[in-house]
Amino acid sequence: MNNMPAILVLAPLFGAFFAGLAAWMQKQISYPIALAAMALSCFAAVSLLTDVIMSGTVEYRMAGWAPPMGIALRIDLLNAMVLVLISGIAFLNLVASVKNVEQEIPDRAPSFYVMYLLFVVGLLGVTATGDLFNLYVLIEITSLTSYTLIALGDKDRAPLAALNYIFIGVIGASFYLLGVGYLYITTGSLNMADVAGILTGIHGSTAVLTAFILCILGVWIKMALFPLHVWLPNAYAFAPVGFARVVAPLMTKVMVYVMVRLMVTVFGLEYIFETLHLADTVVWLAVIAILAGAFTALFQTDLKKMLAYIIVCEIGYMVGGAWLGNSLGMTGAILHILNDGLMTFALFLAVGNIIYMRKQAGFSHLSGLFAAMPWTMAGFVLAGLSIIGVPPFCGFFSKWYLVLGAFEAGAYHFAAALIISSLVCAVLFFKVFEICFFGSADTTPALHGPGMQQPSHDIHADGHAGAAADAGAGDHPRTAVMAEAPVSMLAALGLVSMAIIAAGVYAGTIVDTIILPFLQ
Amino acid sequence: MSDILPLIVAKYNYWLYIILMMIGLYAMIAKNNLMKKLVGMNIFQTAIILFYVSIGYKQGATLPIIQGGHGGHSARDAVIHAADYINPLPHVLMLTAIVVSVATFGVAMALCVRIYQRYQTLEEDELRMRVSEKNNP
Repeated sequence: MNNMPAILVLAPLFGAFFAGLAAWMQKQISYPIALAAMALSCFAAVSLLTDVIMSGTVEYRMAGWAPPMGIALRIDLLNAMVLVLISGIAFLNLVASVKNVEQEIPDRAPSFYVMYLLFVVGLLGVTATGDLFNLYVLIEITSLTSYTLIALGDKDRAPLAALNYIFIGVIGASFYLLGVGYLYITTGSLNMADVAGILTGIHGSTAVLTAFILCILGVWIKMALFPLHVWLPNAYAFAPVGFARVVAPLMTKVMVYVMVRLMVTVFGLEYIFETLHLADTVVWLAVIAILAGAFTALFQTDLKKMLAYIIVCEIGYMVGGAWLGNSLGMTGAILHILNDGLMTFALFLAVGNIIYMRKQAGFSHLSGLFAAMPWTMAGFVLAGLSIIGVPPFCGFFSKWYLVLGAFEAGAYHFAAALIISSLVCAVLFFKVFEICFFGSADTTPALHGPGMQQPSHDIHADGHAGAAADAGAGDHPRTAVMAEAPVSMLAALGLVSMAIIAAGVYAGTIVDTIILPFLQ
Repeated sequence: MSDILPLIVAKYNYWLYIILMMIGLYAMIAKNNLMKKLVGMNIFQTAIILFYVSIGYKQGATLPIIQGGHGGHSARDAVIHAADYINPLPHVLMLTAIVVSVATFGVAMALCVRIYQRYQTLEEDELRMRVSEKNNP
């Protein structure tokens, strides 16, 4: 039997245990233990992906009990891809975060690493499991750890943001649990494949409909689909940087994965699109989510908050794509899980670097960044262009599939929303680029603690007036000192930027070897 | 009216759990005090636990423990009817759910303590006022 699925999930779990234990003796050891555990898990994920591509679905039976009685970890093409994404991002972020953690929460670094590993255990478990109740428990592990990690952030506002997240998160998870209860009443099983087999005979049942609505509603709350998104911006903006960077790209994406898994594997696309007539409504919801997310992002004056609203907008893409009811839309949604994970991670890495050097990411603190942090900004621009959807980068390809799917389904409003939101994203990012590039760089970055805060100046006056003058006059005498982030952070950003380009260049290969075989 | 009454009586466990759940949800939405909201959250989770416990029950059935089940004679000789035993699986699942809800409650209370230490109140309207005072002095 292939033991990789167990190693994948258990490595960070035991890593968390030993990292916590080691912290009692020597605080410094917990970080290398965490890093080693994540590296092992990452290796397991990559080896699983190659195995699954070569020889098909891998199933690991926990303690040797055969499903449907026992709990199985079931890895097919879709979750193998998502697992590589999760473990890769979690590992790279661990490499990049040491300095942020030292700066923000030095006294609680070991507990941060322990909770971080448990959070990753939850995400990996949610993705790998083949059991509906197990999925609930792992979602709760993910959520509980993220509550505690968010509360470690901004001392004034993070605890309140985390508490609001708890209230909404509990409602979401409880709805999902209730839905599983109804599924259990009607099928008597909790194993996904087994439930799917039994459900094909009872498509008309109201209990199944109730189960479906409750499960999907629960997952939507957890993934922050537009009207249910209120917890997200504050929770992500006030979290410590080292955690915001991993929760922002992964948590929502994993929940989208859960939705796709429920739709494709458990309930079946046939049931959703032929028996139920909800698809049009959901696509409209997605359209509203996209537009609301994009336009709210326009009014933000903090980089973290702006990105948080872009996440809300991107969730709309994936939900809409999955509910278009054709294979192109579903392909786009699944490809976007991968691409959006990478792009959001790159953006948040860049923001983390900026916050490390300048302490804040308000727009008034961004001036002169191109001169001071050229490498960070290169990564930021690349990821920004990818979010907008500029062709060589990966963001373009998933949007392309989504638009094609929208036309095939006749959902022109969805296609319009995609294009409008791309334009709004272009406006957003070029606004940020402008502030970073043309905003005067006459201050040295506040490297040496809160005493060195820059005098805040009016961005718009500064930016626009400066823009015209600078563009004509050529080289403005910038006195900016190059103050780039540490190498570990830049290396992570560089790797992710390469991954964004690679995912763009090989988009066709990814679709042909992973997504299309999965959907058949 | 005559149709609804038997429906309520026959499926009273579902009605009860929904009423409990709505009480919890109401408290979470309408109450101003964070502690009261937390209690509402706990009622909400307990309602679902009760729902699961009730679906394992069968009329006239007993605990699923077979006398001398491990190698004893009676187990092999006697015919075992599933209808004689309640379904233990939902109950076992709820052990995990109880642990989850206790853990969530614990984390939430710890956060309440942190909030109280910083703002000296747990009333939501006062909190909102003090947070905005602190950020825009």
